[in-house]
Amino acid sequence: MTTSYKVMPGPEHFLPPSASSMGVRLPDPGQAHIHGTIVPEEEAMEQAARQFLSAKVPTIFPGPLVLWAWNEKAAKKAKAIRHLYETIKECVDSKIQQAMLIPMPDYRPKYPKINPEVEINPNHPNLTIWHNKIDACMFVGVHCHQANLSLKIIRGGTSCYTVAMCAQAGHEDAMLSFRDATAEKIDRLADWVKKLKGSVPPPD
Amino acid sequence: MATQASFIGQKNKKDQVYTDPWKMMHEAPRTPSFFTGSEIIKEAVRRASCDLMIAYPITPQSEAAALCGELFAEGYIGDYFRGESEFAVMSQCAGAAFGGARVFTTTAGPGTMRAMENFPMWAGARLPIQMIVTCRGINSPLSIQPDTLEISYLMQTGMLVWHAETAQDFYDWILMGYMVSEEPDVHLPLALCCDGFFVTHTKDMVDLTPVDMCLPPYDPYRSPVPCMDMECPPVRMMRDPFVMKSNYISYATHASWQQEVWAAVERSRKHTIRWMNGLIDTENADADVLVVASGTAVSQSREAIAMLEDEGIRVGLVKIKTLRPWPGEEIREATKHAKHIVIPEFNVAGWLAREVRATVPNNERVHAGPHVCGGMTMPPEIITSEIKDLLGMKTETLAARG
Repeated sequence: MTTSYKVMPGPEHFLPPSASSMGVRLPDPGQAHIHGTIVPEEEAMEQAARQFLSAKVPTIFPGPLVLWAWNEKAAKKAKAIRHLYETIKECVDSKIQQAMLIPMPDYRPKYPKINPEVEINPNHPNLTIWHNKIDACMFVGVHCHQANLSLKIIRGGTSCYTVAMCAQAGHEDAMLSFRDATAEKIDRLADWVKKLKGSVPPPD
Repeated sequence: MATQASFIGQKNKKDQVYTDPWKMMHEAPRTPSFFTGSEIIKEAVRRASCDLMIAYPITPQSEAAALCGELFAEGYIGDYFRGESEFAVMSQCAGAAFGGARVFTTTAGPGTMRAMENFPMWAGARLPIQMIVTCRGINSPLSIQPDTLEISYLMQTGMLVWHAETAQDFYDWILMGYMVSEEPDVHLPLALCCDGFFVTHTKDMVDLTPVDMCLPPYDPYRSPVPCMDMECPPVRMMRDPFVMKSNYISYATHASWQQEVWAAVERSRKHTIRWMNGLIDTENADADVLVVASGTAVSQSREAIAMLEDEGIRVGLVKIKTLRPWPGEEIREATKHAKHIVIPEFNVAGWLAREVRATVPNNERVHAGPHVCGGMTMPPEIITSEIKDLLGMKTETLAARG
């Protein structure tokens, strides 16, 4: 199916469609997508790094699959995520940019009592985005269904640029998505951030 | 696939080798065997590494369910029991799937309808349960005979819905069905439908994969939702539906949840096309007259097309294999040159014709019929007669022959 639909930062609609229903397809192994267009993974690495470096509040949202050391891979991935966060923090201009690491510890609905400064929730992720003025974010270690809910709600009501580092098949509802995430892949993204440091214009 | 891959080459307790599913279905030698559709269900399940089978007796699926009981006695299924009713069965299937089991069940007609509340719940909870539906009449007065009306209800549940024509379809699709529905980006229940009796109780030659090969076990860690967590949706929905709170955020979450289920149906397209070599099959799609059908209406249409060919009338065929995902683009492409699109169905409502009408441009080309229902057969002559009528040729009414 060919589609002219592009997965872009919102706010898109009162109830935006799922990108899948608009004909956006997921990448195959070795590929990623940017705005719904399939690209080589390396191209997406560069684009994701540019988004982080040009954002005022680049933020990583780690989910339960990487927040607990339930197997060796999860522990390794968690270290890689911490390393990516530290790298972004080092590479942005701290006077005008603030890197954040906000967990999605579980999926229990917490509205209206959520503290959006300390956590994000898949049922109302827009609250955390709005409160912290987050303009670029990456989901990692979130179960796919919950990640898609979050990504679509964020696209619907905010202007945040969303990236998904998915351990399975990827996410069409993100503006940029990787698939088959590993600790090594996350480290590669950190390398791209380091490589592009100073070459990306800072936010206005 | 990492976890599943680690099982490949190992043996289960029945000495079957967990085999790469693609190799098993496409490269392993096949043995032609003469079986009824019900027996074929048993043979497919024997190779499917199912953890659990639950069913409640209702014609015409009872025989398949009983044969699966034999598989349990032989040690091929982890657990097996009869539920208290169809509703109970489908709820029990949900419990098992929430807990991370590969689940199989069978139902039919009024049983499907009685259990209906569970199907959108299965889909919403992203449970990759496989349910065989051996379609039969659902309305009063009672009929146990073939009728496909129940499929139209299943098509709105968020489940994958496939419609098998033959026992061979059935055999292959049961095994392929698990591979598609357990993909993490899909992870939805599958209603694998056939026309009761016509497929379940007739014998046919079916090419079986080796009995010492089976699918790798289900890996619940690839699920897009957490396995049985009472604090989190989807399980939490059952006891504490936060979406019942009256505010925009709760409604929007529920709406997004529904959209995600249908997004998963769309994602199944890619995997289904790979496994089943397309969502439709076509023959002579360049003909002026095309028959578009699913299930055993396809077989009857083949006969009708052959009879018309003998009279020098060329008619093409589109066999629809999957109803969800709906092969809209494929049907538009296949029917783009057709002047007449004829849709024979085994139900009174003509749901397939409605779907096709909503899909193709210039839908005055779509001719809804012939219809039979309530267990009537569909002689090829009524299809040929319908086509001849459309072409302005004189025909005799079959019923008038006495």
